[in-house]
Order: sequence, then C-alpha cells, then structure tokens
Amino acid sequence: MTMPLDATATEATALADLASAAPPTLRESVLVEVGLVDRYDRADSPLGPLVVAWNGRGMSAVDIAADDGAFEARHLATTGRRAIPGELPGRLATAIARRLEGDRRARIALDLRGHSPFEQDVWRKALEIPRGEVRPYGWVAAEIGRPKAVRAVGTALGHNPVPLIVPCHRVVRSDGTIGQYSLGGPSNKRTILSAEGLDPGAMEDAARRGERLVGCASTHIVCWPTCRTGRHMLERNRRPFRSLAEAGAAGYRPCKVCRPVAAVA
Amino acid sequence: METDDRLTDALAHDLDAAFDVLVVAHQDRLYTIALRMLGDARDAEEAAQDALVRAYRALASYDPERIRELRLRGWLTTIVLNRCRSVGARRTARGPKPISIDGDAARPATEPEAPTATTPPEVAERHAERDRWAARLAALPAAYRTAIVLRHVDGMSYPEAAAALGRPEGTVKAQVHRGIAQLRTMLEAEGRREPEEMTA
Repeated sequence: MTMPLDATATEATALADLASAAPPTLRESVLVEVGLVDRYDRADSPLGPLVVAWNGRGMSAVDIAADDGAFEARHLATTGRRAIPGELPGRLATAIARRLEGDRRARIALDLRGHSPFEQDVWRKALEIPRGEVRPYGWVAAEIGRPKAVRAVGTALGHNPVPLIVPCHRVVRSDGTIGQYSLGGPSNKRTILSAEGLDPGAMEDAARRGERLVGCASTHIVCWPTCRTGRHMLERNRRPFRSLAEAGAAGYRPCKVCRPVAAVA
Repeated sequence: METDDRLTDALAHDLDAAFDVLVVAHQDRLYTIALRMLGDARDAEEAAQDALVRAYRALASYDPERIRELRLRGWLTTIVLNRCRSVGARRTARGPKPISIDGDAARPATEPEAPTATTPPEVAERHAERDRWAARLAALPAAYRTAIVLRHVDGMSYPEAAAALGRPEGTVKAQVHRGIAQLRTMLEAEGRREPEEMTA
C-alpha cells in the first residue's frame, strides 16, 4: 500500500484538532497594552485611598476612591474607555510613592489622549512646581505664553485627570487664597499642601495683609513667597511687597528661579 | 476572506473602534500557532500578545489605503511567527526546559483543558490522543513543523502559507510532505513499542 504524500483525512483531522482557544486573559492584556482598555487599582496617598488607572501608554486617571461601579462609569464617561480591575504594577506603585514624596526624577508616563494642547501645556507647567511651593494661576498663564488666559488655566487644572501626580494643588489663586481643587474640594488642597510642608493658613493670612511677593534686603531679589531660594533668608532681611511694580520701584529684581510676574486683574 | 475584507475596511476607517474585532477574530488561531511552535502555554500567550500589540502599532502607522490592501490572516501569521522566534530564542538563552515526549510533565502547561477525575474515559482518551499528536509535532524540525501548523492546524491554503512564510509554494508543500512522512515514522515506532510496554 502506498501512502499519499500529504496528510490522510485521519491525520488532517488529528492535526486540526490541535487548535486551541486563547486564554481569556489574552484579549484584555492586548487591549490594555495598546491603550484601548484601562486597568485600575487602589493606592495610598496623604488624602487616603485613591483609585489609579493606567494602560500601556501610561497613567490615565487618579480619583478619590469610590465604589468600583461608580469609578468605572465615570472613567467610561470621561475617557470613552472601559476600566477593569487590575493589580498596580510594582514599578508604577514605587514611582507614585516617590512622586508623592516630591522626587521629580521618578518618571511616570501619562496617557493624556483626548485633551487639548492648551490643557497639556498647563499640566506640563504645573509639573515644574516643586513640592513645598505654590504659584498663582496667573504665573502658569504667563509661563505658557497665554498671560490673559488665567481663567482658562483654572479650568484646565480642574480637568487634570491625574491630580497629585500632575500637582495642580500647587497652583493657587492670584490673590493668594488657596482656590478650588478637583480632587475632593479645597479642604483636600489644604491637607496635601500641609503634607508637603506648607502652612496654608499662614499663606492666606499673609495674602490677606496684601503680601503677594517677598524680597530679600541683602540681595535685592524678589520671589514668590514659597520660592526655595528664599528659604534661608534671615527674618530681618524679609521685605513683603504687594506687587512686582512696588518691588521694582524699591530696586528689587525678579528671581530667575521662581520668575514672579505682575498679577493679572 | 470576506470577513477579513470587511475588517480591514473597518480598521482603515477607525482603528481604535475596530481593533477589538480583530483581536476576537484572530486570537485563537494566533495563540494556537504560537502554542504549537513553542510548546508552552505561557510562552505562547506572550508571543500572541506581543504579535497583536505589534500589529496594532503597525496599523496605527499605516495610511488607510495600505490597511485596506492587507491580507490580514497571512500578515498576522508572519508577525506571530517572528514573535515565536524571539520568545523561543530567549527561552533557549535561559536554558532548555525538559521536553517530555510522553506528555506527562508538559500537559498541565500546554493543555489547559486537561482531564480531571470526573472526565469520561472517551474524553480522557481524546485528550491523550491530542497530547500524543502535539508531542509528535513538537519533535519535528522547526521548518516542517511551521509548514504543517499553518497548513493543517490553522488550515491555510498552500498559497496563503507560502505568502505568510515568504517561501515558494513548492518549498512549503515539500516541507509539509516531509513533516507528514516523519510523523508517520514516529507513529510506526510508537506502534512497535506499545506491546512491550503492555507486558512490562
């Protein structure tokens, strides 16, 4: 008996029977990796437990811990993507913890698709404000080349999808008051600023006295009150100013680190 | 394939909206190809996942016309075979793991649907037969195995398999024929061994 060169019907059936179903995890892993579905998990913060969402492109959301259903619905509404429970990757968890401690070298990729270039400019600028310092909305507006867009800066910060990581809490009102906060309101903003070593009450008291800027009598340099270069200033050299114009008239030049700008009405 | 034509149209129109359909339509066959090439469920899942992610990134960089002209089935096959080579090479670098021709040690990893104590005997026998064929296929030289996996496990035509492998059709046919001949030799050898085992 001569056998055919190609498979017999029996052999073909046996080989076709070697087809397998993909494990159920494959589809989700692929969709998360390419950024069409997000995973989420809980993480600790000075504000208590948070929900963190991410996909293969980067972190996509930070939110006050709600129940799973509420978060998933909100995430779908704001991003158009499903969120499924997952386990925060160790590297991301470490990077978040280091960021919250003020280590700006900890790199966290962000997935900010669907947001305008203006919003992304505002958030990128907020990322430059160090832990333990604040800047007014007007400073952000001036720094991104849109000095009159102060209100739009406030709106963009309110839409920040990754609060705490993009530190929109470090941007305050131009009159020196704390201002709004998207992650659970102004009291949370005070809590997080206090955790970063600031005294929000004292900041607001100084603002109420009309102190917008602080100059150093020995260097004749004027700074935002929380600028790190002024941290070691002797109390007797401390000169509060109401405006950049007032400081200029007194012979003070703006700090090159914190770059104070004239307040926009 | 008509469904793939509709799919390439949808992908060209809106990649993000249509990509999940591609995953659902092709994940089982890409996983099967990877599993039969690599012989390990975890390596196969890694290779299939990698292939689909690379496919997405490639599609995202193509203009709509190029996506419409793609022969999805063969294109995805070429990608998963490349990923299998990388995953396989990495595994070889880690050191080979024991390959059990009897299938016992390998079965939990390769066949997720392994029989349990309550499995009826005829189903258990079917699983055992499947494992034996998987082991025979795994023992073939890579070129023969690839050709047989595409032609007989995945069910591609010879022209499709030749295009996916980038080899002439005649070469692929010859590789399938030689692979089948080797499988038959293995079957004959098993047939000679079995009576001895029965009396042992």
